[in-house]
Amino acid sequence: MLLDIVIDGLIKGSVYALLAIGFSLVLGVARIINIAHTALFMTAAYLIYMGSKILGLPLILAMAGAVALTVLLGLVVYRLFIQPIQEHEAAVLIATIAVAMMLQEVFLMSFGGHYLGVPPLIDGYLEVMGVKVTYQHLLALGLALVMLLGVRQFLTGTRLGLALRSTAQDREVANLMGMDVNRVAMATVAVSVGLAAMTGAIVVPLITVEPTMWMHPLIMMLAIVVLGGLGSIEGSFIGAYLLGFAESLVVFLLPMGSFLKDSVALSIMILVLLIRPEGLFGVSFEEER
Amino acid sequence: MKKSGLAGVVLLGLWLGLGLGQSAQAADPIKIGVLGPMAFTQGEGHWNGATMAAEEINSAGGITVGKEKRPLELVKVDTNEFLSIPDATNATEMAVSRHKVDFMVGGFRTEAVLVMQDIAMDAKKIFIGCGAAHPELCTRVTKDYDRYKYWFRLTPINSTYLGKVDFILLGTVGAIMKKTLGLEKLKVAIIAEKAAWADPIVAAAEKMLPEQMGMEVVGTWRPSPVAKDCTAELAAIQRAGAHIVFTTFSSSVGLTFAKQWGELKVPAAAVGINVEAQKSGFWAATGGKGEYTLTVNTYGRVKITDKTIPFYDKYIKEFKEAPNYTAGTYDALYLLKDAIERAGTIKSDKVVAEMEKTDALGAAGREVFDKSHDITWGPKFVTAVGTQWQDGKIECVWPFNWEGVTYEGSKPYKLPPWVAEHWKK
Repeated sequence: MLLDIVIDGLIKGSVYALLAIGFSLVLGVARIINIAHTALFMTAAYLIYMGSKILGLPLILAMAGAVALTVLLGLVVYRLFIQPIQEHEAAVLIATIAVAMMLQEVFLMSFGGHYLGVPPLIDGYLEVMGVKVTYQHLLALGLALVMLLGVRQFLTGTRLGLALRSTAQDREVANLMGMDVNRVAMATVAVSVGLAAMTGAIVVPLITVEPTMWMHPLIMMLAIVVLGGLGSIEGSFIGAYLLGFAESLVVFLLPMGSFLKDSVALSIMILVLLIRPEGLFGVSFEEER
Repeated sequence: MKKSGLAGVVLLGLWLGLGLGQSAQAADPIKIGVLGPMAFTQGEGHWNGATMAAEEINSAGGITVGKEKRPLELVKVDTNEFLSIPDATNATEMAVSRHKVDFMVGGFRTEAVLVMQDIAMDAKKIFIGCGAAHPELCTRVTKDYDRYKYWFRLTPINSTYLGKVDFILLGTVGAIMKKTLGLEKLKVAIIAEKAAWADPIVAAAEKMLPEQMGMEVVGTWRPSPVAKDCTAELAAIQRAGAHIVFTTFSSSVGLTFAKQWGELKVPAAAVGINVEAQKSGFWAATGGKGEYTLTVNTYGRVKITDKTIPFYDKYIKEFKEAPNYTAGTYDALYLLKDAIERAGTIKSDKVVAEMEKTDALGAAGREVFDKSHDITWGPKFVTAVGTQWQDGKIECVWPFNWEGVTYEGSKPYKLPPWVAEHWKK
C-alpha cells in the first residue's frame, strides 16, 4: 500500500505542480493574483477539444494551436482587465474572478454542460512494481520537473528573467534604469498563461472537459501557493506534492471518506498557516527571488 | 348600398371577432413547466422528451378537457440544480408565480427536488418527477397525503428498486464470472459517489452482499460526485483483489471512473449504476475506454412495449443521442393527458384522483403508481433495463430470462477481456 500511496501522490502532485508554477510565477514576479489562471487552463482544454474533435486536426497540432491562442487571450485579458488596475491588488483579484466567470459562461453557452474528453498523447500504461500508471500521467510527472527547472533557468539565466526579477523587486527603480516595466509584466503574463495552457494540453486527456472544471484546480492551486509560500515557485512545487500525498493517504487509509480528500488537503494548509503564516518556504525563497 | 355594405363589414367583423374569440378560447393552452438543468444533458433530456410528446399531442389536436380541445404549451424552466440549489428554488417559484404553469414535470437532483416539491405542493400543482430517485420524495406522500398528493414519480424507479436491479445485475455478472472463470467466492469493491440518493444503496450493498449473495466486500469507496481523478480508488480496488466493482454514480465522476478503469485495465468488471454511461456521448468522452461498462438504465433499443423502439428511434433521429431517464417527461405528458381527459378538467385534485388510477403502457414499460405515488417496479410493470457498451453501441443485456422476461432485441452480457484474462485459472 505504501508504494501505491507514493506513486499516486507523485502523480497527483505533478498535476497540481504544473498548475501552481505558472500561478506562482505571475504572483511572485508581477504581483498579480490571477484567479482566471485555471479558467485559462480550461480555455486551452476546450480549444484542444475543438481543434482535435470538431476541426479534426492532429492532437499535437491542436495542442500547439490551443497554447498559442490561450497565450493571446491571456495577453488580451491582461491589457483590457488587469493592466489598467494593476496597482490595486483587490481590484485585480475581483477582475480576474469576473474573467473566469465570463469564460465559464461562454463555454457553458457554447458547449452546454456536457462532459467532453480528448484522447491521450500516448495510450496505455506502465506497471511500476505492481502499480499501474498511464503514460499520460508519467508525461505529467516529467513535464512538471522540466517546467520547474525551465522556469528557474529562465528567471536566473536569461536577460528577460533578470528583468522580470528586478521589476518584481522594485518597479520604479527598474523603470528608472530604462526597463519597460509594462512590457516586462506582459512577458510575465505570457509565460504564466503559456504554462497554464501547456498544463491544459498535458492534463486534458486525464480529466473531463466541462465548464466548471476550473474551480477545483483553482482551490487546490490557491491552497498550494499559500502552503508553499505566496509567490515562491519552489514552495509551490513542494506544496503541490505535499497535498498530492495527503489526498492519496486519505483514499487509501480512509476509503469511505475519499470524498474528503480535498477537505483534508485544505485542512493541512490551514494547520500550516496557523503555525507558520508565511507558508512553508515563504521567507527563504522570498529572499532568493 | 353603402349602408348595407357597411353593415356587412360590421357583421363580418363581429362574426370574425366572435369566431376568433371562440377559437382563442378553444386554443387556451395548458401550461406545462418543464423543470431541469437545461444547460446539462439531464435538463436536455427533460426538455427533449417533453417537446416530443407535446408536438405529437398538439398535432393530434391537443388534450380534450370536457368539451374543448386544448393544446399544450411548454415553459422551459432552467433550474441549474447541478450548480446551485437556490437557483432551482427560484426557478420553481418563478414557474408558479410568473409563468403560472398548470402542471410541472422534471427535476433531477434529489437535494433540489425536495425543495422544488414543497413549492409545487404549496401551489397545489401536480408535479411528475422525472429524474430524482430518493425514496423520501414519495414517502412524504404517505406521511402527509393531503399536502404531498400532487407529487408523482415516473422516472427513474426509486433508489431502493434501483438497488434491487443493481443487485440483480451484480448477481448475473457474478454467476457468469463463476461459471466461465471457475471462481469460487467473489470479491466485490463498492464505489459510490457521496450523495444522498446513493446512501441507501451503499448501506444495502454492505449488508446484502455478504449475507444474502455470498460475496465478500473488500471495501467501500465514496469519492466526490465531481471528482476529477479516480486513479487512487482504482489502485486500491485492484490492490484489494476485487473481481467486480459495484458502481453507483450519477455525476461526472462516473465518466472519470469509467475512462480510467478502461485505460488502466483494472481487472474487476464494472457493474451498477453509471448515469454517464447511459448517454450517447459516453463513448466519445471516454475515447472508447468505457467499453464493457454495465449500467442500470431506463431505455434501451428493445421492445419493452410497442412504444419503446419508435420512441427510441424518433428521439435519436431528432436529438442525435439516446434518451436517458430524464426523457421520461415524454411518458409523463401522455399520462397527464389521459388523466386530464378522464377528469374532464385541469383542476389538480380531480386530476390527482385520475393519475392514481393510471395503468398505461409507456415507452418505459407498464406504468402504474403505488400508494406513495411512486412508479411500481417488477416483472409485470416497469423493470428498468441493464445496458452495456459493446463495440461503441449501447446494448440491452438485462432482463435476460429474468422472471420470464427477455425483451426482444436484447444481447448477452460480455465480460471485459482483460478481466477474463486476469482471473482465468
